[in-house]
Amino acid sequence: MRRYTLYIYIAVAVILGLLIVLPQILPTYYVGLLTLMLIYAIFAMSLDIILGYTGMFSLGHSAFWGSAAYVVGILNVKVLQESNFPLEMGAGLLFSAIVAAIFGLLVLRTKGIYFPILTLALSLTLWGIPFQMRLFAGGGYGIPGISRPVLNFISWDLSSTTNYYYFVFIFFIIATVAMYFIVRSPFGHALLGIRESETRMQSLGYNVWLYKYIIFIVVGIFAGLAGIMLTYYTNFVGPSQLHILYSFEALLMVVLGGPGTLFGPALGAAIITFAKNIISSYTAHWPMVVGVIYILVVAFFPKGIGNLIKQYLQKRSQP
Amino acid sequence: MLIFLLATGLTLTLGLMNVANLAHGSFYMLGGYIGFSVALYTGNFFLGLLASIFSIWIGGMLMYRGLLQQRFAKEELAQMLLCFGVILIVSDLCLWLWGGYPKFVVKPMLFKGSIHLGSIVLPFYRLVVIIVGAIIAVFLWWFQGKTKYGAIIRAGVDDEEMARGIGINIILVRLLVFSLGTALAACAGFLGGPILGLYPGIDVEVLLMAIVVVVIGGVGSLSGALVGAIFIGLINSFGRSLFPEFAMFTIFAPMAIVLAIRPSGLFGEA
Repeated sequence: MRRYTLYIYIAVAVILGLLIVLPQILPTYYVGLLTLMLIYAIFAMSLDIILGYTGMFSLGHSAFWGSAAYVVGILNVKVLQESNFPLEMGAGLLFSAIVAAIFGLLVLRTKGIYFPILTLALSLTLWGIPFQMRLFAGGGYGIPGISRPVLNFISWDLSSTTNYYYFVFIFFIIATVAMYFIVRSPFGHALLGIRESETRMQSLGYNVWLYKYIIFIVVGIFAGLAGIMLTYYTNFVGPSQLHILYSFEALLMVVLGGPGTLFGPALGAAIITFAKNIISSYTAHWPMVVGVIYILVVAFFPKGIGNLIKQYLQKRSQP
Repeated sequence: MLIFLLATGLTLTLGLMNVANLAHGSFYMLGGYIGFSVALYTGNFFLGLLASIFSIWIGGMLMYRGLLQQRFAKEELAQMLLCFGVILIVSDLCLWLWGGYPKFVVKPMLFKGSIHLGSIVLPFYRLVVIIVGAIIAVFLWWFQGKTKYGAIIRAGVDDEEMARGIGINIILVRLLVFSLGTALAACAGFLGGPILGLYPGIDVEVLLMAIVVVVIGGVGSLSGALVGAIFIGLINSFGRSLFPEFAMFTIFAPMAIVLAIRPSGLFGEA
């Protein structure tokens, strides 16, 4: 096992080093792509905590990141008309937590195939709301012109892509470390137990519902964080950010990367984001190609890349 | 009634097979477009209807046979991802072939005009759609509840192994049920063509409607789908005219209330 952990440390160090150094070398386009990768990685990892670790199969993940993004957009453009980063961020995260809390109350009582369907239905209705709210949320056009945070106290200009990349990078590290500790904590182990057998955890005296509810909200906050990062990056929020497309994209990332490993979904996010950008630069029919990718991933990587690597390393490190 | 046609297909596959066909809206859209083209080309409304139903019937069978029946599609997660892949492919295909502008199926001459019932004016075509929907509802109810084939389908749902043990070809049954669901979606897509039109993005809107109806009515229940469809149809049109700013809340709120009180839907089994 010691070699196994050593490999992991080396891999983490190499990836971190690359993530810090690469933006200094790469052209701006690729730095932007890297930023997107990190944002999607936060999003996919947060989905993985409920999907891979807790076994709750949610199709409504875009609801959290979209709603947080909308709060930031409305505050930034319509209410404050200037950048107040701590307030926007706090309000956005709080709102995604509230949305998750409401959704959780409604869906957590259901089991089996009803759970994904309900989360899907709820997030779809949420997607429809901004279309009607023209005055407040810009209707179908969304809210353009969201300014990036102004950090006066350290005079850090976030309008440059490279600087914004490092800004996202900091939050990526914070979120990843936080999620890692959640997964490794007794709380996280209880979640694994719930995934394996809800009944057993119940008879051991765990309040299964409460565990699920808490993790649902926590995950909603992480997804909200990713959504806020994306909104600042694109300077825009529209109904499309609430579209189920993103829920499924995150799902694809998790499945491709390997559910139940935090590293896998991050890798999946990187691969999918990269592939999407490459394909869309070659053909206008990239949705079709992505659709085929969905089918291929399900057919050929049912366990995900992350789990394959994990198995391989574990096998090699055993004497 | 259109919403009912749409939702029955979904509730059939979901309730009778435990497969959530998320590509339901895509079949609605594709069926509508195919029917639209055939009707435009031949100038015959009914040929369009037949073409849309048959092509999507076969399409549904192909999808079930080729994707959902495979070994890798045993889990819900895999099924959903496959369905979403199909959604993306179909929506892009439709955008490619039929373009981005809304298309309206031309109403047949036979059903043009309107009917005056006292002070109410009903467009004749809508009346026809309502009647067709009612006929299909009665037929499905009779088929599922009163015939031998309905009994076979229900047996396959309740205890697949037992049904297989007494010599029922369960794979064929599931294939037929699934494709029947998609054919119903296509039928709704074509009949709705003159009223709602066909445009990119309608697949997801329609999917939302169908899912909400199924959630409210209860999964696998025809009467639930009927009540849910009428309920949502009324609420949606009233909501849109009374509080246009909050039209989506008017769908969201009843769904939340129903879920809070009866998580399995109004007519669902607990």
